[in-house]
Amino acid sequence: METAVVQTKKGIWSGGRSPFNVSYGKLMMWYFLLSDSFTFGAFLISYGMIRFSSNYWVDHNHVFSSFPGIEGNAPLAFVSLMTFILIFSSVTMVLAVHEGKKMNKKGVQKWLFFTILGGLAFLSCQAIEWTHLLTSTHPVLVDGHLEYWNTTTSHNPWGPRVMYEGGLVGTPGPVAFGGYFFGITGFHGFHVSVGVLLLIITLINTSNNVFQNRGHYEMVEKIGLYWHFVDLVWVFVFLVFYLI
Amino acid sequence: MDTATHVMTPEHDKQQVRRIWKAFWALLILTILELSLGLTIYFLEKGAPSAFAILSIKIIIIIFTLAKAFYIISIFMHLGDEKRNMIMSIGIPALLFIWFITAFLVEGNAIRNARNTESGTRQYEQKHIRHQPLNVPPGAENKYKVPH
Repeated sequence: METAVVQTKKGIWSGGRSPFNVSYGKLMMWYFLLSDSFTFGAFLISYGMIRFSSNYWVDHNHVFSSFPGIEGNAPLAFVSLMTFILIFSSVTMVLAVHEGKKMNKKGVQKWLFFTILGGLAFLSCQAIEWTHLLTSTHPVLVDGHLEYWNTTTSHNPWGPRVMYEGGLVGTPGPVAFGGYFFGITGFHGFHVSVGVLLLIITLINTSNNVFQNRGHYEMVEKIGLYWHFVDLVWVFVFLVFYLI
Repeated sequence: MDTATHVMTPEHDKQQVRRIWKAFWALLILTILELSLGLTIYFLEKGAPSAFAILSIKIIIIIFTLAKAFYIISIFMHLGDEKRNMIMSIGIPALLFIWFITAFLVEGNAIRNARNTESGTRQYEQKHIRHQPLNVPPGAENKYKVPH
């Protein structure tokens, strides 16, 4: 008979405990987020490369200059509202995680509810913005006559503006703009939608005492990591599409 | 593992909540600063600003964005509270972004420079496509010859 190996070393990698002092699920959520950041990074960097390779790019202050219900020019206004909504929902999420650590079910429910509201508000804003871009038409000078184009993945009315019959009209702009804008904000919106779905499931489980019986609210923490990541990606989407 | 429940003293609890709200205000103020710089660019571009001024403002906006990212990751996601080894296992792969961004933007710039040369701007010429008829009746080759 062999005798059991007596553990002599007490290093953090010698087994028997988590070297990083985190659970498997939380560590894997971090690694998923790391890989997802490279997916988003690839999209944003390829957008940057196309933009650097073009002599002309669209003027974002011109494209995103409307606010629902307000006549006239309001550059950056609507996207600021979206950014504030997402930052605020990030705070309510971290407060829910905090209440979970205290095993306070009522607090978790309250802050999760506000986070879900924030996520839905953000998605509604994005729906309004997409509808506005896809349906509103703008005069474009094509081969010497005026056409009315909306912003899609195949049409871009935001090219350099020229004088035509006494007024400024656009010319066809780089087609890649629509594809990148709808592709990247759509992929981000898809992440937000998944996040809202996960938050709703977590709220239902909280209400059914699933985590209270389990003895910890780590699931809220893991969903929280995902939700903050979505906010983090928006910070960069906001930067490259609306600010610079 | 003792990740599940920490016994939290009321003092520690208050301190944590204060830290969260502090991060929120920092994010809000940074965002407002970014917006005001973005609007500054908007109003400057109505005149004829120097490219250097616009570039400097944009670089400041990027620095603010990185500060925001730092706040979200270290305070909201609590990465700052994890073990150093774990921070490294996430942070070091993320450093690849430096080369990822640099390489592709330099490449994009090189493509633009190549396009702006004489050979790069050469007009694309539609090549004449010849369609060869399949069944040419004998003696009628000339009728079916495609002009070129």
